[in-house]
Amino acid sequence: MKKMNAGTRLERVVAAGHFALTVEIGPPRGANPESVLKKAALLKGLADGYNVTDNQTAVVRMSSIASAKILLDAGLEPVMQMTCRDRNRIAIQSDLLGASAFGIKNCLCLSGDHQKASAAGKLKGHPGAKNVFDIDSVQLLAVLKGLRDEAVQEGGDSVDQAVPFFIGAAWTPLSPPLEFRVHRLAKKAAAGADFIQTQAVYDIAAFARQVAKAREMGLTDRVAVLGGVIVPRSAKMLQYMNQSVPGVTVPDQIVKRMADAPSPKQEGIRIAVELIQAMREIKGLKGVHLQAIEAEEILPEIIKAAGLSPRPSV
Amino acid sequence: MIIAEWKPIPELVSMLKGHKSVLLVGCATCVAECAAGGEREVETLAPLLRMALKTEGVSVEIKRKTIERQCEWEFVEALAGEIEEVDAVLSIACGIGVQALSERFAHLPVYPGVNTTSLAIREQPGLWTARCAACGDCVLGETFGLCPVARCAKSLMNGPCGGTRHNGMCEVDENVECVWNLIYERAKARGELQKLYEVRRAKNWSNSAHGGPKRMLREDLRP
Repeated sequence: MKKMNAGTRLERVVAAGHFALTVEIGPPRGANPESVLKKAALLKGLADGYNVTDNQTAVVRMSSIASAKILLDAGLEPVMQMTCRDRNRIAIQSDLLGASAFGIKNCLCLSGDHQKASAAGKLKGHPGAKNVFDIDSVQLLAVLKGLRDEAVQEGGDSVDQAVPFFIGAAWTPLSPPLEFRVHRLAKKAAAGADFIQTQAVYDIAAFARQVAKAREMGLTDRVAVLGGVIVPRSAKMLQYMNQSVPGVTVPDQIVKRMADAPSPKQEGIRIAVELIQAMREIKGLKGVHLQAIEAEEILPEIIKAAGLSPRPSV
Repeated sequence: MIIAEWKPIPELVSMLKGHKSVLLVGCATCVAECAAGGEREVETLAPLLRMALKTEGVSVEIKRKTIERQCEWEFVEALAGEIEEVDAVLSIACGIGVQALSERFAHLPVYPGVNTTSLAIREQPGLWTARCAACGDCVLGETFGLCPVARCAKSLMNGPCGGTRHNGMCEVDENVECVWNLIYERAKARGELQKLYEVRRAKNWSNSAHGGPKRMLREDLRP
């Protein structure tokens, strides 16, 4: 078997050729660990990795490092998300060292939602905040790779020992410019990504075309691409995503199915299962990243129905 | 050019309320081009201020003057006479002009009448858009003449984030074009897309404000 970068469960599952499954656990807007623990209890053992978001949509939440540590202590393997919005390269590297000291070994590198997004919904957020963006997500990948493979900081100073990370990146395969997206993926692979979690996909045919291009370039052998699935909850949500979430296209027939369904909840579960099954058929795809935003309780049923349970022992 | 926009009138009123006579000074260069601080704006703002102050029950004399450039000492010097007759100055030049006046006439309060926002171009009549962030490490040679530092909401250096809308606009502002989409289009038109495939390493920000207040010394020009 090839040499492990960090030896996380997620890395081992992918290396063993199993179809990987990650899910997302969003930290609370407060300091109480109970909500994290509750989600952890619900999802424990059902996935190979649990993404912990880093102030997603720029809304202040419990830090991804602390939430990831709570998961780790509860016996779940976190995928800590890290954005470039709020920290410069000094703080990022310091946080990475701290996270590693806690035993956190999967890290998903993101640019991060702009702070304006924090006030786009019902919350006041912090649209007047100053952002950082000292480095971007591609450069962040290179920072992790440097710490891991050369035990060196971005500035060139050494660290006392290599910092093991299984390095992740996001990919939005269906945003314009469409032709460039596969090259953006290639850049992330070149910079250091070991695995990829994609933006939510509803248009399987268009997604499969992009994955095929990545496969032709040899990228799906170099990085483990996990397709993103967000469980639909209503036709309205899908319409919103189609119109307002860049990179997400929702085919009309899926919106119609949700609109016509007597139980949108059950229909959403069915659609999610179908998306997962369709993704299993896409050559080169190594798994799925499944999200049920603020409705994690429906995930166990979907995971079982999609035939992704039990998880393999690796 | 440096672009600026008027501060809200109530904010200006609260600055000027305690004064008897104020010199409103325009600048005929950048802020005149962006229709915020030139002679025309001095003439428009003065009566508005007088009215707003009057509504507050205070009477403040507003004298008016526009000089060629508030950022050059020889032009600033021309204000020395008028300054004697007022107890405050309201400058509607950029922050550089306000500070030049403050430095030359340090005994008086010099208030900013505008907020200086960016280095921009007049893209269309009545529309100015950012072009430069004065980052001190110009990358335009590698980004096909389009600046990702100033024009990408996240100053990304390696291509567009996932937030490019289907119509090529930015997820942060539907009226702003995704500059990485523009860079891609221009690279494609030139047949040089491969230039965008290279990973660009972390930028050195130390030659901008991040390196501490900028000080440029040219020995060859020193007296």
